[in-house]
Amino acid sequence: MVEKLQQNRILWLSSLTCNGNSHSLLNHPNLDLLLQNIQFLYHPLLPSRYRLKEVIQNSYECEILVIEGSIDPTLKINGVKMIDVITRYSSIAEVVITAGTCSTFGGIFSRSNEKASGLHFREEKRTEDFKNIWQKSISLPGCPVHPDLIFKTIQMILKGLYIDLDECRRPKIFYGWTVHDGCNRNEYYEYKIGHHRFGEMEGCMFIDHGCRAPFTRGSCNKILWNGINSKTRAGQPCSGCTEPDFPAFNLWETKKHMGIPAHAPLGVPKRAYISIAGVAKAFKIERFEKRILKKGSAVEKKH
Amino acid sequence: MQSDTRSTAKERKREAIIREALEQFSKRGYYSTTIPDIASALDMSVGNLYNYFQSKEILAREILRYISRYLGNRIKEINESEETTKEKLFKIVDIYFKTASKEPEMIDYFLRVYLSNREVFQEECKGMTCVTEFVAEIMIFFENGVARGDLKNQEFFSAFGLFMGYLGGMAFLNGEEILPKELQEFSKDVSENIYNALKI
Repeated sequence: MVEKLQQNRILWLSSLTCNGNSHSLLNHPNLDLLLQNIQFLYHPLLPSRYRLKEVIQNSYECEILVIEGSIDPTLKINGVKMIDVITRYSSIAEVVITAGTCSTFGGIFSRSNEKASGLHFREEKRTEDFKNIWQKSISLPGCPVHPDLIFKTIQMILKGLYIDLDECRRPKIFYGWTVHDGCNRNEYYEYKIGHHRFGEMEGCMFIDHGCRAPFTRGSCNKILWNGINSKTRAGQPCSGCTEPDFPAFNLWETKKHMGIPAHAPLGVPKRAYISIAGVAKAFKIERFEKRILKKGSAVEKKH
Repeated sequence: MQSDTRSTAKERKREAIIREALEQFSKRGYYSTTIPDIASALDMSVGNLYNYFQSKEILAREILRYISRYLGNRIKEINESEETTKEKLFKIVDIYFKTASKEPEMIDYFLRVYLSNREVFQEECKGMTCVTEFVAEIMIFFENGVARGDLKNQEFFSAFGLFMGYLGGMAFLNGEEILPKELQEFSKDVSENIYNALKI
């Protein structure tokens, strides 16, 4: 995408945000390695060369601009419109990363604020404001984005590696497959067995409990959170936080039309899904009929 | 090229066996019909027929899949059209009644062979695995009707039972020659009744 960078200066700008992506980055186990290789001109939580006020008032050279939060053209910080600061630095930087769903697609803030959007999208719809920097943009949606995705993307940029991007400029290596890929409840999914209770390790949550993993692009079940877990592994359905339509309504309940999921798995025609599900459901798999783990075992303390 | 011709000829023969067996099973019953009966009607040897279907049970199950595909393909065309839910429903009912009138063996097979000889089908045709194409199209019709805001959202089988029970009942009455007029003449009233029962 870009030639190997001569310097590694990163500017992290927060727009309309909860700072969740900044916090997420702090959880990376090798954050110190990253900090040895780059220099933050500004980051809201990490040691930085400049203060925010200085960044806003001046124009510093930087190679990577990271934007966090929805972009609201009326939002002012220190009396300066944030959109002007983003415009200025996005023309200086060689790469612009949108960290999180808000800066990529608008996210939760755009639901109640019709002026707010992502850098290039408002939900699925392309916006025009920043089309001149489309070619140097990388989208890393997620609520928040997984710290390793930021870490690895920055590493790939620093090394001058080619990053294959999809139509929303998401790296395919992270977003080319769905969150369902790697889910350890796949045996239940294959035979369409719900049998799920929240917080428990058994049963498929797509059947009744609103799991959006089969149609959500992401790596949560392959690049685990804190290196050990994911929502689905912990007994919570995927909420589809990387997708343009996040946040969806009526989470934890699978929307159905006469018993048929309103959302089929990504790219799967409804006719194909219905046919396969019909066959799978016909067979009673004894192994899954009863709970495998005794209630309270392994996951609860014995008092 | 030659191999294509041979495989098409083989396909045609296979279908001819299915059609003949379908007719004989529907008219005379599953157990009263033998493989030699079917082979003889087609002027082929019993041994040759076994080249196509290794047993009577396999043939019986294949007939069920054939009927499911036959009806499923016709309903698929209706589902893929741009018509309203009500118009689609009329066409589905009409195609079912037309089949029951013009090719009664299709529906008779389902009612009189499949449902009466469960031991032949229960293992290999568990659930609805041998009638997937047909049931899938009915599901798609219902799903689309709910998504469009026309049909009431409810459990699939509540709607499916009403739908199939009604159509099967009418086809049965027709088969018993009880109906005072042609079955297809009931398509409008029956589809309206179903629509009224399922609409939002």
